Amino acid sequence: MLSDNSIVIFRKNLVVLTLLTSRILSAVVYRVEVSKKGADPKVLSLSRLLSEEGLISKGLSILRVYFIKTNLSRIEVEEISKELLGDAVSEGIGYGRSQPAGMRALEIWFNPGVSDPESAWIGNHFRERKVPITDVGCATRYLFPSTIPRAKLVRFAERHLFNPLIQHIAVRGEDPFPKNSGSRFKIEYVKLAGLSDEELCSLSVRRDWHLDIEEMKAISDHFRQAGRDPTLTEMETLAQTWSEHCVHKTFNAAFEVGDEKYSNLLKDTIMEPSRKLGMDWCLSMFSDNAGVVEFSEELALAFKVETHNHPSAIEPYGGAATGIGGVIRDVLGTGQGADPILNTDVFCFGPPGFPSRKLPKGVLPPRRILEGVVSGVRDYGNRMGIPTASGMVFFDEAYIANPLVYCGTLGLMPRSKVAKKVSTGDAIVLVGARTGRDGIHGVTFASTALAGSSHVKHGSAVQIGNPIEEKLLRDFILKARDNNLIASVTDCGGGGLSSAVGEMTKRYGSVVDLEKVPLKYIGLIHHEIWISESQERMVVFVHPDKLERFRDLAAEIGIEATKIGEVTEDKILRLHFKGEEVAALDMRFLHSGLPKRRFKLEPVGKTSNTNDRSEPDKEIEVIAPKDLGQALLRLLGQISIASKEWVIRQYDHEVQGRTVLKPLLGKGLDAPSDATVIQPVLDEKAGVVVSCGLAARYAYLNAYWAAAAAIDEAIRNVIVSGGAPDRIALLDNFCAGDVGSERILYELVESCRACKDAIEAYRAPFISGKDSLNNFYSSPKDGKINIPTTLLVSALSIIRDIDKIVSTDFKKPGSRVYLIGDTRVELGASEYFRMHKKLGNVVPRVDMKKAYASYKKLARAISTGLVLAAHDLSDGGLGVAIAEMCLGGGMGARIHLGKIPVSESFMRQDYLLFSESQSRILVEIADKDSEAFEKIMKGSCLARIGETTTEPRLVFTDDGRRTFATASVDEIRAAWTQGLTRFLD
Amino acid sequence: MDALNIKVIVLSGPGTNCDRETLFAFQYLGTQADEETLRVLSKHTEKLHAYHILVLPGGFTYGDYAGAGNIFAVEFSHSLGNEIKTFLAEGKFILGICNGFQVLVKSGLLPAFDHPFEAPSVTLEANTSLRFEDRWIHLKTENKNFWTKGLPGIIILPVAHAEGRFVTRDKKALRRIQTEGHVLFSYSTPDGGQPKYPDDPNGSEDHIAAITDSTGQVMGMMPHPERFVLPQQHPSHTRSEFKGEPHGYLLLANLVNEARKRFG
Repeated sequence: MLSDNSIVIFRKNLVVLTLLTSRILSAVVYRVEVSKKGADPKVLSLSRLLSEEGLISKGLSILRVYFIKTNLSRIEVEEISKELLGDAVSEGIGYGRSQPAGMRALEIWFNPGVSDPESAWIGNHFRERKVPITDVGCATRYLFPSTIPRAKLVRFAERHLFNPLIQHIAVRGEDPFPKNSGSRFKIEYVKLAGLSDEELCSLSVRRDWHLDIEEMKAISDHFRQAGRDPTLTEMETLAQTWSEHCVHKTFNAAFEVGDEKYSNLLKDTIMEPSRKLGMDWCLSMFSDNAGVVEFSEELALAFKVETHNHPSAIEPYGGAATGIGGVIRDVLGTGQGADPILNTDVFCFGPPGFPSRKLPKGVLPPRRILEGVVSGVRDYGNRMGIPTASGMVFFDEAYIANPLVYCGTLGLMPRSKVAKKVSTGDAIVLVGARTGRDGIHGVTFASTALAGSSHVKHGSAVQIGNPIEEKLLRDFILKARDNNLIASVTDCGGGGLSSAVGEMTKRYGSVVDLEKVPLKYIGLIHHEIWISESQERMVVFVHPDKLERFRDLAAEIGIEATKIGEVTEDKILRLHFKGEEVAALDMRFLHSGLPKRRFKLEPVGKTSNTNDRSEPDKEIEVIAPKDLGQALLRLLGQISIASKEWVIRQYDHEVQGRTVLKPLLGKGLDAPSDATVIQPVLDEKAGVVVSCGLAARYAYLNAYWAAAAAIDEAIRNVIVSGGAPDRIALLDNFCAGDVGSERILYELVESCRACKDAIEAYRAPFISGKDSLNNFYSSPKDGKINIPTTLLVSALSIIRDIDKIVSTDFKKPGSRVYLIGDTRVELGASEYFRMHKKLGNVVPRVDMKKAYASYKKLARAISTGLVLAAHDLSDGGLGVAIAEMCLGGGMGARIHLGKIPVSESFMRQDYLLFSESQSRILVEIADKDSEAFEKIMKGSCLARIGETTTEPRLVFTDDGRRTFATASVDEIRAAWTQGLTRFLD
Repeated sequence: MDALNIKVIVLSGPGTNCDRETLFAFQYLGTQADEETLRVLSKHTEKLHAYHILVLPGGFTYGDYAGAGNIFAVEFSHSLGNEIKTFLAEGKFILGICNGFQVLVKSGLLPAFDHPFEAPSVTLEANTSLRFEDRWIHLKTENKNFWTKGLPGIIILPVAHAEGRFVTRDKKALRRIQTEGHVLFSYSTPDGGQPKYPDDPNGSEDHIAAITDSTGQVMGMMPHPERFVLPQQHPSHTRSEFKGEPHGYLLLANLVNEARKRFG
């Protein structure tokens, strides 16, 4: 296949960075190409893509290209490459640049400064084996038929083969190892004194600080009192620490809404009400990188969910991968370190079938975002060996420019390691990957809107992620923890060292010598080092007596650990570089100098009087279906309802062997579960149940009820799977659009108010949370697109005996089917109305106290072993839920619509079947247990609405005799499993 | 004979990630199972001789960069080659699961027609779906030896990989694999028929899922027996339809029993 096998050597006057040896060598760059010998599925898939666009794909090939910079001889390089870089059976190796006749080559290289893990690990291998190789680089070479014009190919490649944020098409003669343009060190001061308000604002914008005028003025005043100008490093530190991403300025603001007053919205509605419950099993709430609850006498669970929306919008793969990587480090950096045992992922995307001509400028097609995000989570989580086993995917056009990517991690730790213990004199040790220029200004970027030009402007905020490095980091941190070598640990994520060190030492003070930080390449200067968000790094606080053992352990595992500073006691953050002090910031100002924001709002539109249940709006009418069975099948195929198997199977949801309630189950292993159960210690019976709830579209009508529904759904999912109702802990993740809009601010307040009510009604505390605001897009041509106010609620509970887990699939024919909870005409923002392209009026309302009372009873029935199957009713209502139970059981059911308990009269059967009234659960009970079950449920709204049948067919009757709609299990399976994949494969 | 006499070493490297469940499975079987990194073991190679079974667990060693298992295979052969030859000459066992299987074929320990560390004649390539997939599959027992003793004709186990498509260098190699009895398990339909995707999850030649070397002491498989040693690890265990001992447990117990017979 290769036409040119000569060795191409780039001879340049290269300055050798001797990573490996201190000898002065003259290195050359060898080029190695690896090609597949037989049929290559990647080529097949690429050729499909080409023919979809009407391009000829004959003769296509894809080659891996490696650049090896070394002083070794050509023969030695060939020897090494043959052994290491290609597969001896299926691949061929060439040395040079293949350019067969009739083919046109495009070669995709990484941009300078982007860290790619493949090169890093090959380099690491050479270093370990003491092979004198200075540098390694990777690229991909595509050979297309030259009949396709180059311009066309470039456009194709931009759409399908690379992302210009991190890669480019190489040009002839380009150096794979370009010299780094280093910045020259000098202490730069920022002159604030005497600037007008306008000048202060424009300075903040120009520097990408995103500080508002009040904040700029506070900084200016502070330094005026100090009698000097701030250094650039000090300003960068303030901008990072005061970013919306780090301090949640909006949620911590004071709000006045009508006659309601909150001195701090988050504290008043979520933190304080949660603490006030006084749950002694909550070991750490809102104070560490994750919330921590008790699991057993010895063990605790740390749980955290993060968002990584903005980076995922512009570089889906890297954005999602570093999102999951970041939340894993959050858990690893909880207390003295927790072991990640489960990842969760929840995505909100634009619909994959969205027409590309309608896409706003600069926005990636939703299918590319979906595939990229799923691959990113998959590659990071799978490689780390953490099961990704819980989550959901939700679609709405409002997410077209601002997809939401929620990544969560659950961790396990000894209870004795929950507390962080920083003290004066502790060494500050940076562990893990080296620091580069990547990810600078990630958090300030995360706090702003996306515009058509975001791709160009924020390229530096995007990274790829190196999960294998993070796996080593995990192995090391846990080993160091178990050897009592860690006083405290935190991740080095958003804001980099500035946030990690600044936050951990705020009550003490610290001194850091930035020159000690190991770098990926020369040329970084002090403030870049300080705020770089290079991935896979953690900051560990180590008692000086233990430092040597700590370093020895790092060397044994093969990870870098470098002391970069010390904890002091002067309450000043001091940074040094090249012997000079480049920052000396008062910790008190840094952490409490931020001016408090205040908002005064009036209740807006439909969101007023949310607790008034007396006069619901009248629901609209849609065209009634001729055949209810057909309508159900169509609804099952709607993308938000349809099976997410395409996503779930790409995740290793079983690694670690502890996933004992899996996301897909039932007779054919293709039906959905409501929650995930992990059995942390395989020889003990207890498990942890994790689930989520999200009802974003309800927020189009009412943000309070949308939040209430999300909370109720998360709790319901935990309960139906067997979770204990008195041990539920919650996480909040708020995402919203432009908080410059009063309506959106008001929706946030309403969502928070629902949280406060729920904490009290369900006696379920929130233990951690996060918000991501300003998820909106704006461009002159497409105007402004806001996401709906989207609250993701993640719930966790304990199941005392995993043998008592209940799954959603029907277990045996002839059982009784019960419905818990009453059904109302609540179809506003329902999936059924969406199928009719309507929004409607009446959003489901939640009677939280009543719901919790019936959940507690159901939990008792489950722990008594009476419940064969249970499934929550959510999107698509009763119809969808019962169909899913039949699918899982491979059996049918006969449902008497007339027996469904209703609290108001239903004129229409379709509304009865597809209403999304909350707090409802379907339960399968063996005939012999029905009396005992009914007795336990006494006092709650309960009705026996049908029975399971051997014939695999779902049948609806109104009076028990006349059948008016049916759907077979095969039809249900086909509709449900193909609903989403038809847009993807 | 006391099962505690059997010592198992689980060898890991950067990116190994099924080490814990593998350790658990062997401890659950009553052996003494320890984890060691190749980095440490290569500096103290004498440690290996205390063990009877060497397990290369699943994962993504070196991120599967430059080919799944490639870099780890090179390090493994370079640093432990001689010790492994002795280890095998003593009649001891090597099991490679998923990434461990990839490492074994790439270092020439499987199928090892004529001797250990021979030039590779088979490999494991990207799944035809081009996707990582985690799913439960059916395996047909193709060979009667100590590995399969007492196993039902069809067993179930999960697979979780992106590169598991079994490919041979040429027809001759495939013929030798088949005729010389190297195939231990192949993917099948639930009733033992010829599988198509997804019953064969990756598109392997002859649907091969697991092979042994010529001595039977070295075995590599893509499916994960260590993920099915307890009943609750089955995805539909709440249906109580699966009866008997979990198949992963049975398979690994066969290995431990054989080791016990030889060395206990």
